Amino acid sequence: MEEIPVNKTNTNSYTFIFAVIMVVVVASVLAFTATSLQPIQNENVRQEKMQNILATVGIETERSEAEELYNKYITETIALKEDGSVAEGTDAFAVDLARELKKPVNEQVYPLYIADIEGKKYYIIPLRGKGLWDAIWGYVSLKNDVNTIKGAVFDHKGETPGLGAEITQVWFRERFADEKIFDGNGNLIGVSVVKGNVGPSNKEDNKVDAISGATITGDGVSDMISERLQHYLPYFKKQTDIKVAIQ
Amino acid sequence: MAIDKKIASEEKEAKKKEMILFLSNTEEREHFLSKNNRKLLSDPLNDNNPITVQVLGICSALAITVQLEPAVVMAVAVMAVVAFSNVIISLLRNLIPNRIRIIVQLVVVAALVILVDQILKAYAYDVSKQLSVFVGLIITNCIVMGRLEAFALGNGPYKSFLDGIGNGAGYGIILIIVAFFRELLGSGKLFGFEVLGHKAAVAAESTGLYALGYENNGLMLLSPMALIVVGIIIWVQRSRNRILIEQNN
Repeated sequence: MEEIPVNKTNTNSYTFIFAVIMVVVVASVLAFTATSLQPIQNENVRQEKMQNILATVGIETERSEAEELYNKYITETIALKEDGSVAEGTDAFAVDLARELKKPVNEQVYPLYIADIEGKKYYIIPLRGKGLWDAIWGYVSLKNDVNTIKGAVFDHKGETPGLGAEITQVWFRERFADEKIFDGNGNLIGVSVVKGNVGPSNKEDNKVDAISGATITGDGVSDMISERLQHYLPYFKKQTDIKVAIQ
Repeated sequence: MAIDKKIASEEKEAKKKEMILFLSNTEEREHFLSKNNRKLLSDPLNDNNPITVQVLGICSALAITVQLEPAVVMAVAVMAVVAFSNVIISLLRNLIPNRIRIIVQLVVVAALVILVDQILKAYAYDVSKQLSVFVGLIITNCIVMGRLEAFALGNGPYKSFLDGIGNGAGYGIILIIVAFFRELLGSGKLFGFEVLGHKAAVAAESTGLYALGYENNGLMLLSPMALIVVGIIIWVQRSRNRILIEQNN
């Protein structure tokens, strides 16, 4: 009887060996590329962070120039403990908020950037919270009275394009300018993103207009601002040069 | 002695032939830009365009054609991925176990896309942010898998490379045409430059067309308009090229 010729590529052992070799080769190529490009990618992320911090105080730059301007305007970078004292020996710029948020409140450190622009002092606070699908984050800068917002930037990982993802847009960010974070009685309540035309010109109501179709992302922004800001109260209370009635 | 030599040289010849067969699988060598090869490049640009004729890869055509720059980057990225995955699969086509060939294709495509993504993140960070998930979604772009199954598995690496470049270009050219109209009519810019004049917040300060009362068409920025522009391109293409019109029997 004649033997039926078997194509060697159809045997089980060949298939397994092929799959194993393929996976190993592909994995090593990818691992090598990822590792060798990592430093350049990290540098990009770092410059973007500086760019975002500067944007909150109204300095829009190219990414390549961000570092120079950052060094010029950001005079102090400090990491705070829960009681408002400075955590010595911690590089505030390198603090990863995503990791900090997983710790209990009393173990977290709270980075604070202080900018000095033409004699005016601004406090820049990094934010991080939850949107609809994934993390959202940003920076908000306060004027010297630690009540009025100078500017804010937001970014997100996976919000819906056209809806939640619009929080990154300039027109949304601009709504936060000059809003107050304390209510009339001196309680810190942050700025809420709410439905209905809440009057863009009314800067005393602690409210900004929401984006249609992005309710949960908007709520995430509100929560993130009030949750993050309250951790900085102890520090602001200790500062003698801050002239605002903080209750 | 002479017979030995002859056998040796014959063996050598046979091995060489095998190698050529392995690499190209064509009976005779063609000129590297012969008529057939040119057809591989030009066909996808018109008669067999992946978007307008095969209607593949529409999703990314809708998503990233608001501005020209990301569209161009996406076109180049897809071209690179189709061309190189075609070459790799074509080189391996006699070794790939038939039963897992789709998985193998997917792994090759995914690996190439991750490479492109990593390179963009390192050297074109802003563009990579703009393209965001769509670079990753090249993996699922039907054009890539389609070319691997339909062409690379049955043809030599050089032809597969040309086929990949051709199809990538056919995809890219539509992307760029759509992006051109969307950016021009939607935001009055091309590659970010204000070609129709500057639109200021105060009407009196506007220049160019805006001074005459021209307004940008906001609808052009939304994805439905990409579909309509693609539709118009298909219409124009078919009215010029009658072979493409389906016969209703």
